[in-house]
Amino acid sequence: MKVIKIDKKDWAGGLGKLSDAYRLFGPVKDKDVSDFKELAAGELPDFDFLNTNLSAKSAVFPQNEVMFEYSLDESQEDHHIMKEPEKDYSPRAVIGIRPCDAAAFLLVKRNFDTPEYKDPYWIRAYEASTFVGLACNDPGKTCFCTTAGCGPFHEDGLDVLIADAGDHFLAKAITEKGEALLQAAGWGAEADGGQIETMKKAAEAKISSTVSTDSLKDKVTTELYDASFWEDTAFACLNCGTCTYVCPTCWCFDIQDENYGKAGIRMRNWDSCMYPLFTIHGSGHNPRGTKTQRVRQRFMHKLKYYVDKYGAGIQCVGCGRCVRLCPVNIDIREVCEFMNSYDPAATTCKAA
Amino acid sequence: MLGYTDKIKEISERLLKEGKVDMVIGFKKGTMPMMNEPCVIKKAEDAGKLVWDSNCGINLANYLTDRKEKIGIIAKGCDSRNIATHIVENKIRRDQLVIIGVPCKGMIDRHKIASMSETEILSVTDAGDEIIVKAEDSEKTLKKAEVLQKNCAVCTHRNPVIYDELVADLVEEQKDADRYADVREIEAMSAEEKWKYFDDLLAPCIRCYACRNACPLCYCPTCFVDESRPQWVGKSTDPMDTRTFHFLRAYHCAGRCTDCGSCERACPAGINIRVLTKKLEKDCFESYGWEAGLTTEDRPPLDTYKLNDPEDFIK
Ligand code: SF4
Ligand code: SF4
Ligand code: SF4
Ligand code: SF4
Repeated sequence: MKVIKIDKKDWAGGLGKLSDAYRLFGPVKDKDVSDFKELAAGELPDFDFLNTNLSAKSAVFPQNEVMFEYSLDESQEDHHIMKEPEKDYSPRAVIGIRPCDAAAFLLVKRNFDTPEYKDPYWIRAYEASTFVGLACNDPGKTCFCTTAGCGPFHEDGLDVLIADAGDHFLAKAITEKGEALLQAAGWGAEADGGQIETMKKAAEAKISSTVSTDSLKDKVTTELYDASFWEDTAFACLNCGTCTYVCPTCWCFDIQDENYGKAGIRMRNWDSCMYPLFTIHGSGHNPRGTKTQRVRQRFMHKLKYYVDKYGAGIQCVGCGRCVRLCPVNIDIREVCEFMNSYDPAATTCKAA
Repeated sequence: MLGYTDKIKEISERLLKEGKVDMVIGFKKGTMPMMNEPCVIKKAEDAGKLVWDSNCGINLANYLTDRKEKIGIIAKGCDSRNIATHIVENKIRRDQLVIIGVPCKGMIDRHKIASMSETEILSVTDAGDEIIVKAEDSEKTLKKAEVLQKNCAVCTHRNPVIYDELVADLVEEQKDADRYADVREIEAMSAEEKWKYFDDLLAPCIRCYACRNACPLCYCPTCFVDESRPQWVGKSTDPMDTRTFHFLRAYHCAGRCTDCGSCERACPAGINIRVLTKKLEKDCFESYGWEAGLTTEDRPPLDTYKLNDPEDFIK
């Protein structure tokens, strides 16, 4: 599809026009920390970031989301009836999402949008969204996207890919949605697409961090599950859940009812397999009662169960957030290496 | 810090070899700048993995809770005070432990150093009283004293309070530290200003609970925020629920908090969350002359009762 040149002096004006037709979301900085927020009128996304602290998943899958409202007031006719609240699913544009976060949307789509189950909240928000990606000219030291199924100029999951070329942006329309957005912004000067290819190669060459995932699918699940390295790997873990909250590919949520007087909401909140509460049964029994079991679950899910179930690579796009933000430095790249190179024969008791 | 590391390795290897302990809890080098990873060493030949430098800010007492083994544990001043607190609160027995004391020279503030650099930091190394920060296109030498964690800058118990082995000579304690300047600043605010200050402080909180989980005091089997049958506190990032979590947690730590700074260090949102516990630490000091974890003899002020209590309301 075509490549458009956007002069930086036309950037704010174009976004202004867009805001008539779209709700705009973008990275903004608060006390040094960059995160995705809905942009206020006239507010510009701040592109001075390596990647946001939290992923862009919240634009479609917010940390807290009301699913139903109800009344406990028995004088009301509709008391105790769950009703879906009005929500704004008008078109929204997520401006400045990194290609890894966009790739992650396709990956979590496998969970929220299946032939069998369709999550209405996620799907409506997703379909209302146009994703305008910001290519990474200077990937970070902890970015390992190129070996995790995407890359700094990766296009899957995006509607437009924007690359910063100094005094102008190059914008490549990837889908019809994307083309419509560029048009709505009034950006139309066609440019030569070759430059993006050159920038892409340069960016990919800068990626210094990698993972090997080639052997994961051939490992025997039960052997990996019983591997001796889990205990040591999990030792430092605080089970804080930071890794899962910041991750663009973690999709788990918990459903809670909250009442205020006679009015109530049923909401869903991000949940984390690192929390004991995640698996506790009504009986009080917890099948994943120890820290080691929980840490193993996170990595087995991302790097083994998912791999086996979907045959589409790992459940990780290599954004590196969990590596950067884990308070005790548990590093998925290391764990992936343990798993990918695991040889049970080398660790079984020699005397046996 | 090389001397410290060598000595830590030597002591740990000896303890493991002689069978005095089943494991040693310490730090190994992390994969990220300014991050060392808490680790457990079970074989004497693995003791070489242990390291020590200014990036060992996580409180290791947290890893002792309810363990049954005989454990060697590396302990800087604050860790040792939390170990003492753990012993008093029956979370570990003194005779299970061989405490390898580390006279501490303070830990560096990873959030601050990261925010001082324009580009990504590649490495941060100790060089005596200085810290060398290498980034993509620059190398900076910082005075360690200027980039200490806020709690370390005002710490008056750098030496371990209980120990069985010592990795170096005791260090001189800081005497002129103004320990409560930050708290006084908030105390002086009007009610509205305080409200705004706390709102602002907690706004970025994602309720991941890294602060709580990094804290050795937070060992309840089920934290009040996790109670779900029924809920005690709402679970979303609603500001009122978030405040409830933080203020209540702080009160649960009153008289027990050693101001080790683990909570603040762990927070992925970079929240200066320690100001809450610090205020209570100040109150305990001023009301009862109490500093947590200095002895294994006395119980913290808020879980004791004396018949001759001077306050009327309690009689
Ligand atoms: S962020 Fe680190 S410490 Fe926290 S749950 Fe994840 S792996 Fe464990
Ligand atoms: S597992 Fe870590 S690196 Fe992979 S997508 Fe999630 S946060 Fe990013
Ligand atoms: S609080 Fe004191 S003992 Fe603890 S790390 Fe800081 S300087 Fe060391
Ligand atoms: S660690 Fe930070 S973000 Fe997480 S709950 Fe504590 S204050 Fe909130």
